Amino acid sequence: MSVLRPLDKLPGLNTATILLVGTEDALLQQLAEAMLKEDCTSELKVHLAKSLPLPSNVNRPRIDLIVFVVNLHSKHSLRNVEESLHHVDATFFLGKVSFLATGAGRESHCSIHRNTVMQLAHTYRSPLLFCDLEIEDFRATMAQRLVRMLQICAGHVPSVSALNLLSLLQSSENPSLEDL
Amino acid sequence: MRREPAGDVVRAKQMDETVSEFFRRTILKIPLTEMMTILKTWNFLSENQLQTVNFRQRKESLVQDLVLLCEENRASLNDAALLDIIYTQFHRHQKVWDVFQMSKGPGEDTDLFDMEQFKSSFKKILKRALKNVTVSFRDAEENAVWIRIAWGTQYRKPNQYKPAYVVYYSQTPYAFTSSSQLKSNLPLLGQIFETHNSTTPLQERSLGLDINMDSRIIHENKTEKERVQRVTQEIFGDYPQPRLEFAQYKLETKFKSDLNGGILAEREEPLRCLVKFSSPHLLEALKSLAPAGIADAPLSPLLTCIPNKGMNYFKIRDK
Repeated sequence: MSVLRPLDKLPGLNTATILLVGTEDALLQQLAEAMLKEDCTSELKVHLAKSLPLPSNVNRPRIDLIVFVVNLHSKHSLRNVEESLHHVDATFFLGKVSFLATGAGRESHCSIHRNTVMQLAHTYRSPLLFCDLEIEDFRATMAQRLVRMLQICAGHVPSVSALNLLSLLQSSENPSLEDL
Repeated sequence: MRREPAGDVVRAKQMDETVSEFFRRTILKIPLTEMMTILKTWNFLSENQLQTVNFRQRKESLVQDLVLLCEENRASLNDAALLDIIYTQFHRHQKVWDVFQMSKGPGEDTDLFDMEQFKSSFKKILKRALKNVTVSFRDAEENAVWIRIAWGTQYRKPNQYKPAYVVYYSQTPYAFTSSSQLKSNLPLLGQIFETHNSTTPLQERSLGLDINMDSRIIHENKTEKERVQRVTQEIFGDYPQPRLEFAQYKLETKFKSDLNGGILAEREEPLRCLVKFSSPHLLEALKSLAPAGIADAPLSPLLTCIPNKGMNYFKIRDK
């Protein structure tokens, strides 16, 4: 069983690689394209995967940030993410993993409760972002955020590390579950 | 050489039996619902003549009457071929088409295309290459021309019942071909087009999602994606699906559960349940499920059997 580890490879020169994991390929593709449109001093690479584990015989760069995309309209997409999480080493969850929930805007279509994904993100101590990826403007804004996060996780932003970012995000964005 | 007596020259020449039979068989193919439309499109029999025919009689008798009218008008093999083209244009979906793309050699200019010159040189070259061949043309929309070719051999007259069709869109580099026979004659067609440009068979287009251009985006599950595309294509084909708005499944099966116990698990009676799928275009929606990542491929046969079985109401019982 192959497991993704954050530091098992040497980084590429000025390269930052993000891995987007989710069942809905079209949305991932659009998000990837939006990210690559951003002006960025780092060389960006976006890997798209339906699920983990990744195919093993492939030469790929070190992954700096994993974003698990859950579509709140689809239990299938949640199940897929839950199963993929087993293939990620625990050390990744020190700021290099994030969850992204899409589809919250169309509440009547949601078959997964927001709390379910919030619980999932809490369990894995990772930030949860909400964004309706189908809407171009929201997608563009999210793409900008992800690019900044990616640069930090790749160590390209001086004096800010992935762990710093994680603690910043956790205190302001994720209220403790006791409040819910 | 026999000298015709003067009186006989006035008498109408009797239609060749094979041509008459060809007419009969071609008209017989046409569904009654399309008969009027196709005959009007053909525009060979006049309005008056069509009015003399009873379109409500049995098809065999109707066809006989129409063939007689054709004979009266001294219809030729070419007229019959034209009718066959029109029938095929109405039923183009029932044929399997290959696409050829022509490419200009380096340094070649875009010549001004002359349709009539193309048709005449096409016909000339074919007739030069093959002794027995029937070539007919019909212009269509968007600068396209439909070419019907009936092949014979050196010693046999052309077989009118197994023609090949070529649809050439003159303002594009594409030509579509469909053949009822072996493809052995297609290289010849290719050669004919070479008088204009060289041809290469088009790569099979891949379904659905755009081929990603940006090399910074890497699909990890490329093989899986391709498998899904292939399976979807095998099940649904390349052509747009028939338009269907809903499908209904009535379940009368016993409740099955993975969990042990539970009230429903103990029931002997079947659980009655109705599931209805509705959509402005249900089959296209089903076709896009797997490529969009919403469902696994292959889809349940309960969904994919709809076009094959021609049913959209299903009752599902325990075996």
